[in-house]
Amino acid sequence: MADPFGMTELTEILRTSIGLDADVRFDGELAETEFAELGYDSLAMIELASQVQRRYGVRITDEAVLDQMRSPREAVDFVNSLLAGKVA
Amino acid sequence: MPPASPAVITGIGVVAPTGIGRDAHWQAVLAGKSGIGRISRFDPSPYPVRLAGQVPGFVAAEHLSGRLIPQMDIWTHMSIAAADAALADAGVEPASLPEYDMAVVTASSSGGTEFGQTEMVNLHRKGPHWVGAYQSIAWFYAATTGQISIRHGMRGPCGVICNEQAGGLDTLGHARRLLRTGTRLVVAGGLDASLCPFGLTAQLANGLLSTVDNPQHAYRPFDADACGYLPGEGGAILLVEDAAAVRARGGRAYGTVAGYAAGFDPPPGSSRPRALRRVIEDALADAGLAPDDVDVVFADAAGVPADDLAEARAITEVFGPYAVPVTAPKTLTGRLYAGGGALDVATALLSMRHGVIPHTPGPVRAAPEYAVDLVLSEPRERPVSHAMVLARGYGGFAAALVLGRPA
Repeated sequence: MADPFGMTELTEILRTSIGLDADVRFDGELAETEFAELGYDSLAMIELASQVQRRYGVRITDEAVLDQMRSPREAVDFVNSLLAGKVA
Repeated sequence: MPPASPAVITGIGVVAPTGIGRDAHWQAVLAGKSGIGRISRFDPSPYPVRLAGQVPGFVAAEHLSGRLIPQMDIWTHMSIAAADAALADAGVEPASLPEYDMAVVTASSSGGTEFGQTEMVNLHRKGPHWVGAYQSIAWFYAATTGQISIRHGMRGPCGVICNEQAGGLDTLGHARRLLRTGTRLVVAGGLDASLCPFGLTAQLANGLLSTVDNPQHAYRPFDADACGYLPGEGGAILLVEDAAAVRARGGRAYGTVAGYAAGFDPPPGSSRPRALRRVIEDALADAGLAPDDVDVVFADAAGVPADDLAEARAITEVFGPYAVPVTAPKTLTGRLYAGGGALDVATALLSMRHGVIPHTPGPVRAAPEYAVDLVLSEPRERPVSHAMVLARGYGGFAAALVLGRPA
């Protein structure tokens, strides 16, 4: 079963609420690149956490978003770990 | 301290109801092509004011990256587009200059109203957790200054001036002050874009907007039948540099900031006079000019009879009755608030460059008791060596700027 929060969902949040260049796809190396390097600042990270919390009903602290969601890959993995915990 | 080298304006960026870009704006001004029309951004039918000056065909994605667009209000999108155009016009590459030598000082009277409205709707309909993080910066008056500063790496003494329609001129006075204390260049000017239901409602509160539904007749400053003004969105961003530095790099200037003064009205009911006349006199004194050195006055043109009369009196008391051509091409755009004075400066600079005084479409005739030589019907071709731009901000602000042809 596919993860409920994948790159597609992450990309959708970035595109509508935070900002994303038209042709960006988070696959390969880009998925592992830190958000800071991609041009996203701490405010962008807080908005990302806020969107995920609203849409998926999980709780993400400011510390967690800055320390454990540093790249698109980390973000997807971390949110899914939260969702798995929520289900279990 | 050696005598200061003049502050000169070297770049013009326009995003206005008259068009996007310096040339589109100037062609529209000469042709009397109005940007006033029925508000299309939302359904204005429940509102008493349904006409406004709207920027035609502005698409943010044509001017800035998708990574930035959701983080900002449309007022900042437009300002960034205008700032980029002003820098390109001047041929300045900010990346090649020391970042602390460059400053950004813009004027804003509404901040990010449309962005703020969306987030307030989220707050009231869904709750505080639904308010986006970018609301914390996007609505704020300084947001545009900050975003231009970040975009171009300009970390000198930045600021924002918030005093309604006077602000566009005040940024240029402030820019000149910064150049005198060592800043190399200043991105100045102003822009507002507050044509959303919340923004329009806020503007209605002063009771001075025109409720006439005919675009040709709704905003007629100095006309005997003046009936208020229309709002508009847009403005101009202007690049201000030290004249000696511009010469050294072989650049070209549109004109000098030859004189500037600002003032504030006494409280309503006071027997003391309003500030505009003194501001005009002080700006002339600052420029070292006599009234007859000025070839044209770009009026504030409130379109409100009492304010038109006050402005006409201030002009005629300094210059004499019918002594200087007075014009207000802002009838093509509506009053642009922070953008109004800045766009008038852009128009005045082009007027000097091309030797043409643009006309004031709209008024049929100037009310005779005003005794001003209002430029009506068509532009007047004549050399313009010095132009004065006047602006008043709601609540008592007044500013006058004298522009001179570059040496």
